[in-house]
Amino acid sequence: MSEKEIKNLEQIFEARIARDEKIEPKDWMPEKYRQTHIRQISQHAHSEVVGMLPEGNWITRAPSLRRKAALLAKIQDEAGHGLYLYSACETLGISRDELYEQLHSGKAKYSSIFNYPTITWADMGAIGWLVDGAAIINQVPLCNTSFGPYARAMVRVCKEESFHQRQGYEIMLTLCRGSEEQKAMAQDALNRWWWPSLMMLGPTDAESVHTEQSMKWKLKRKSNDELRQQFIDQTVPQAELIGLTIPDPDLKFNKETGHYDFGEIDWDEFWQVVKGHGPCNKERMSARVNAWNNGEWVRDAAMAHAEKNEKRKVAKAS
Amino acid sequence: MKKNWPLWEIFVRSKNGLEHRHFGSLHAADAEMAMENARDVYTRRNEGVSIWVVESKYITASNPEHNGEMFEPAQDKVYRHPTFYDLPDEVKHM
Ligand SMILES: [Fe+2]
Ligand SMILES: [Fe+2]
Repeated sequence: MSEKEIKNLEQIFEARIARDEKIEPKDWMPEKYRQTHIRQISQHAHSEVVGMLPEGNWITRAPSLRRKAALLAKIQDEAGHGLYLYSACETLGISRDELYEQLHSGKAKYSSIFNYPTITWADMGAIGWLVDGAAIINQVPLCNTSFGPYARAMVRVCKEESFHQRQGYEIMLTLCRGSEEQKAMAQDALNRWWWPSLMMLGPTDAESVHTEQSMKWKLKRKSNDELRQQFIDQTVPQAELIGLTIPDPDLKFNKETGHYDFGEIDWDEFWQVVKGHGPCNKERMSARVNAWNNGEWVRDAAMAHAEKNEKRKVAKAS
Repeated sequence: MKKNWPLWEIFVRSKNGLEHRHFGSLHAADAEMAMENARDVYTRRNEGVSIWVVESKYITASNPEHNGEMFEPAQDKVYRHPTFYDLPDEVKHM
């Protein structure tokens, strides 16, 4: 194809998106669109999968059967989210194995929030409430994104997320109604998870490199700072309701803007964790890589079994 | 030669009376495993009463680049629609 023809196709393509038409896998698309989507969708899938690890830490020690069943179901949903997203990503012409390889080699990123440790039961509450809460804010606009398979996966994901957040908040609520120690445990979890949750919504708009292109392709509909403000505005009253204090001395409702003003985010910490120097980066990756490597013989055996069965069927038929 | 689990397309009937709809895809070694995985991945909240699994390689898809010759011929056949026919207003139930 000549450069002029490509330019022409690109214009038609952008116009389709502007008209709110969806792009499906076999449609022509600019190479940059394909690559950007592979990067974002796979990063999203990896986050769902790695996100199971901090919570998996508490399955065997959940304080009651009710909590254990809920936590298990929540974690199973996250596995499902990872799978919906990996398949959406594969429609762009990359294999599942390549995607795993990118995660395991450190080439692909996942949400840096999952590199923090889960040291008390209250962390299960804080994660559901704050981390899933922030994830919902990020994900709801993606239900209308331009790439069909991604949008459809997000519709399914968003339907399931609201239970995650509610079960987390209910854990916090219960702790806050409990003994002094239990309430202190809830406050401590909020103290540790608050700032990383704010960082989860991404670098400030001034620092964010992809925003403009992503807005055009509807990979983003609101800027990181807008999403962060929305998260803060909705979460502060929820904390107050159960008697918890947001660990930010500068947090104050601004009557003029109708939003909360908040303190400086420690972006150095954020970039440190993104670059691999968070408290649990190594632990998370080695858990993933081990699970994959140790499972290899199972995958091979299942494949060999399937092939043997297939041969038997053919032999019988002939 | 190392072989990876093939890809399967999953179709779910959400309730009797409705058609099976494409829900997504997944990897599995064989049809039986695809069925079990489909249940766990796509019907954790009573989303279905029946599942079809089809190995993706057996699906032949039309090429969107040929959408012109494929679908446009239907556009100029207005006589396939009831509104094409002019009838007097007095005619009822038609
Ligand atoms: Fe999720
Ligand atoms: Fe979730």
